[in-house]
Amino acid sequence: MKDKIRIGCGAGFSGDRLEPAIILAEKGELNYLVLECLAERTIALAQKRKLHDESKGYDILLERRIHSLLPTLKKNKVRLITNMGAANPLGAAKKIIEIAKESNIGISVAAVTGDDVFDKIDPQQKTIETNETLSASGKLISANAYLGVDAILPALKTNADIIITGRMADPSLFLAPMIHEFSWSLNDHNPLGKGTVIGHLLECAGQITGGYFADPGKKDVPGMSLLGHPFADVFADGSGVISKVEGTGGIINLQTAKEQLLYEVVNPFEYYTPDVIADFTSVSLKETGQDRIRVTGGSGKERPSTYKVSVGYHAFYQGEGEISYAGTNAMGRAKQAESIITERLKDSFPGLQVDYIGSNALHHSSFKNSNEPYEIRLRVAGRGDSFEKAAIVGEEVEALYTNGPAGGGGVRKYVNEVIGIVSTLIEKEKVQSSVTLFHS
Amino acid sequence: MTVKLYDIAHSRAGDKGNTLTLSLIPYKEEDFPWLCQQVTVDKVKAHLKEIVRGDIVRYELANISSLLFVCQQALTSGVTTSLSLDSHGKSLSYALLEMEIEYSDGHD
Repeated sequence: MKDKIRIGCGAGFSGDRLEPAIILAEKGELNYLVLECLAERTIALAQKRKLHDESKGYDILLERRIHSLLPTLKKNKVRLITNMGAANPLGAAKKIIEIAKESNIGISVAAVTGDDVFDKIDPQQKTIETNETLSASGKLISANAYLGVDAILPALKTNADIIITGRMADPSLFLAPMIHEFSWSLNDHNPLGKGTVIGHLLECAGQITGGYFADPGKKDVPGMSLLGHPFADVFADGSGVISKVEGTGGIINLQTAKEQLLYEVVNPFEYYTPDVIADFTSVSLKETGQDRIRVTGGSGKERPSTYKVSVGYHAFYQGEGEISYAGTNAMGRAKQAESIITERLKDSFPGLQVDYIGSNALHHSSFKNSNEPYEIRLRVAGRGDSFEKAAIVGEEVEALYTNGPAGGGGVRKYVNEVIGIVSTLIEKEKVQSSVTLFHS
Repeated sequence: MTVKLYDIAHSRAGDKGNTLTLSLIPYKEEDFPWLCQQVTVDKVKAHLKEIVRGDIVRYELANISSLLFVCQQALTSGVTTSLSLDSHGKSLSYALLEMEIEYSDGHD
């Protein structure tokens, strides 16, 4: 049994940069590399791609990420754990094998399935958010349970070089190799709580190395064009040290670690995962060197008896149009444009949203910083039940070119299908995960 | 003396469903008790009245000298179906940091 393992996190969302993971695999002296690529809505979108082509439905960047990483992972004997399987872990595993064969690299891939519970949920079940039935939300597209370490551990026991999953609780991707290497019991809650803390600190990759943090003059971060992603040395007692590859950009300090520890936490006394309910209020963070944070403390208690299920549904089509005005009385002309648009659309688009980008679009308020900007961009957004209906919003904004106030420029129009997400619970007994092995 | 929270603390916004989380972390750990005293739930509610419709719960994390505000029904209709430009509320940490509080070095 090892007394220390090193786990890197090379991606914190599906659109993340490619090269930080390559640098970690190349120079990080890692045992495990995790790529966390699945946001709430990503899997519903992936499910739609799978319906269109049943070999698809895995992460859009899978091929590029695997191509760039595979030789280095193999050379340095780094095991990869990733949720890039999205709606189709088996399809993703087959694609990885195909890439490995093309490159003459011999590998094994383990696909973890069982998170897709679309056939097991009852549309009449209530949502956690609204307490209405799932089917009342709209046409259901996907339902995926957040699986935990017990789904990944059997895959780690095989000789698989790559473990590819669908929906997992993000910290479980990191906790699983800790349990595997340190032989922690699934009923020993404190180590699981501590490991979950470290997983949570790593899971957003660049968000603990200065990304989503920098504020020049206030919170300075060097070298952000080549931001390094983090790794943790984790010890058998569940403590760890977070750091990054020397020479990469970014910064790891108490400030970045505190921001990330609290990120998306709705109750720091009880952070729920399928593996444990972790307590973050006893975590201790300490700077022990440049770009080094020692993480100790944290605890856990008995895991919940249900899995959280994320359900995707078709909500509506969102139509948007934008137009800019500049110079003296820019705001006056933008407001005139707004009144023209709302007059024309108010009956067919209830709840039309109008923002002045540069003034109130993000916070619905300018607080005390209300000096009128030199230029202003009017944004109009509305909901339609069809693509064509939603497109009218952008068409109306575009028509302001020749029918609206003076000097309107730079129109852009968009229509996007909006997928909504609601959550529900499912009893663990109803969910059966399994592991399928593939070899190149 | 009146200061903006921006001058003495930093913050990160997060979203879980239609819940918004905002951390508030003083640059100097010795300012933590002062922040606890000054940045009450009522003040945050009043400050974010255009943004948060539901309840706000405040957690005090003495272990890392930080506050966490958990805000229900933030933004217009929940994160995933909001028409807002920033539907995840990623920028909302800077709305909190616009709040002004009374501050003196003696903390009286």
